[in-house]
Amino acid sequence: MSTIEISGLHKSFGALEVLRGIDLEVEPGEVVCVIGPSGSGKSTLLRCVNLLEEPTAGSIRVAGVEVTDPDCDIDAVRRGIGMVFQQFNLFGHLTVRENVTIAQRRVLKRGRAEAERIATGNLTRVGLLDKAAAYPAQLSGGQQQRAAIARSLAMDPQLMLFDEPTSALDPELVGEVLAVMRGLAAEGMTMLVVTHEMAFAREVANRVVFMDGGVIVEQGPPADVFGRPREERTREFLHRVLEPASVSETEIGVRKDGSA
Amino acid sequence: MKLSPRRRRKVFRVAGYVVFGLAILAVVGAADWARLSEAFFRLDIAGEMFPEAITVALRNTITYTLLAFVFGLTLGLILALMRLSSILPYRWFATAYIELFRGLPSLLVLFMVGYGVPLAFPDREIPGGVYGSVTVGLGLTAAAYMAETIRAGIQAVPKGQLEAARTLGMSHPRAMVSIILPQAFRIVIPPLTNEIILLTKDTSLVYVLGVTATTIELTKFAGDALNTRVNPTPLVVAGLLYLVITLPLSQLVRGLERRAGRER
Repeated sequence: MSTIEISGLHKSFGALEVLRGIDLEVEPGEVVCVIGPSGSGKSTLLRCVNLLEEPTAGSIRVAGVEVTDPDCDIDAVRRGIGMVFQQFNLFGHLTVRENVTIAQRRVLKRGRAEAERIATGNLTRVGLLDKAAAYPAQLSGGQQQRAAIARSLAMDPQLMLFDEPTSALDPELVGEVLAVMRGLAAEGMTMLVVTHEMAFAREVANRVVFMDGGVIVEQGPPADVFGRPREERTREFLHRVLEPASVSETEIGVRKDGSA
Repeated sequence: MKLSPRRRRKVFRVAGYVVFGLAILAVVGAADWARLSEAFFRLDIAGEMFPEAITVALRNTITYTLLAFVFGLTLGLILALMRLSSILPYRWFATAYIELFRGLPSLLVLFMVGYGVPLAFPDREIPGGVYGSVTVGLGLTAAAYMAETIRAGIQAVPKGQLEAARTLGMSHPRAMVSIILPQAFRIVIPPLTNEIILLTKDTSLVYVLGVTATTIELTKFAGDALNTRVNPTPLVVAGLLYLVITLPLSQLVRGLERRAGRER
């Protein structure tokens, strides 16, 4: 049984159709990176998996449970799906340790001692045990994002969703977050990652999905998608992302004869 | 002679100080200090007001304020949640309530609670006597203002906080209680403290309910003393006692706002 099975997924915001028929499966233990230009629907796809966005049409099954079924207990399904946001979204009124324990206590009904023990383990896992008593505002962006990962891991998820986890970080802080994610992947966590970090996708992903205009344009092993992309749109995107300094003026519509 | 811009700014600045100083001198010179102090600062009259001014009047003023505040805060929170509810009739009710009570004078509401309701339901009464009537009478109006403040506070908590909480499997009510409301209340503490200051002053309306020697508050207390002594000194005493409550509170608001500013 696949961890995620998406079929015929459509999502519209008013008149704007953001997802136009997505079929995607993610197998247990697989790391799938979704890449593509802004507005291509990557984040919306991710947010549909745990129903932060309500799909307009299509079906999504997570670990065999159809989340698009109106009778589905979505809170129960979400307990098994960790999610890491671009903006971290740590709870500002709670310390790092409380951020990691609150859902364990309130949702999983774990006892204080057990929740603390699991929090300690996960904060150690992301290298933040020494910041357990700090408030989010006292941490760097990279530390906040690692704390957010620990918060998700404490719920023992069978699947982790990452929504551009390093896009809001200063460049020198990206590495520490990617290191934690790489470790998770090595431990066999099932991960669906929306990212602009092509080096990470190339190195860590089992499969890379390129999206544009609300559809999956191309997918395959990173070596294929990055090395020999089949689609022209993929090639153009990778060229612009991987060699931004070599994008020529003619490509973006500047005319050399001096007219506008 | 043409002044340089720098010289000109300096001249204007000095002129500003001089005008202010002259105005103060004119007022001080024109005032009849002997009569002023005879009217407003008679220490013997002020002395006779104590200790009742504090043990009864100030205490009741604070009691009325706190009762109305707690009632208003509770009702305001409920209204704020109704205002943000996905259920349309709840939103209608909350909006209508807020618009109604923000548009009515506190005094009219107090009359309504103190006299209108007892006339309509002679066989029932609001528990707690004057204290109960004040709690409801001032609290109903305060709730309307606080509901809007709390609603704004809830909406000021970033949307991602709710999403993160829901993603961890929390139900919507659980996320509200554990994640959103604690942060919303931090945001609205300064405006709510302002609301306490306004309520403190509104307790001066309580006299219309007919207060006794034990339920009297500061303004009525001072008014009575004014009548018996035919001297306005008691008003000054009452005014100073109000400031004893309100000045520390506004200081507190300023401190809280500064702290909130730093945390951003």
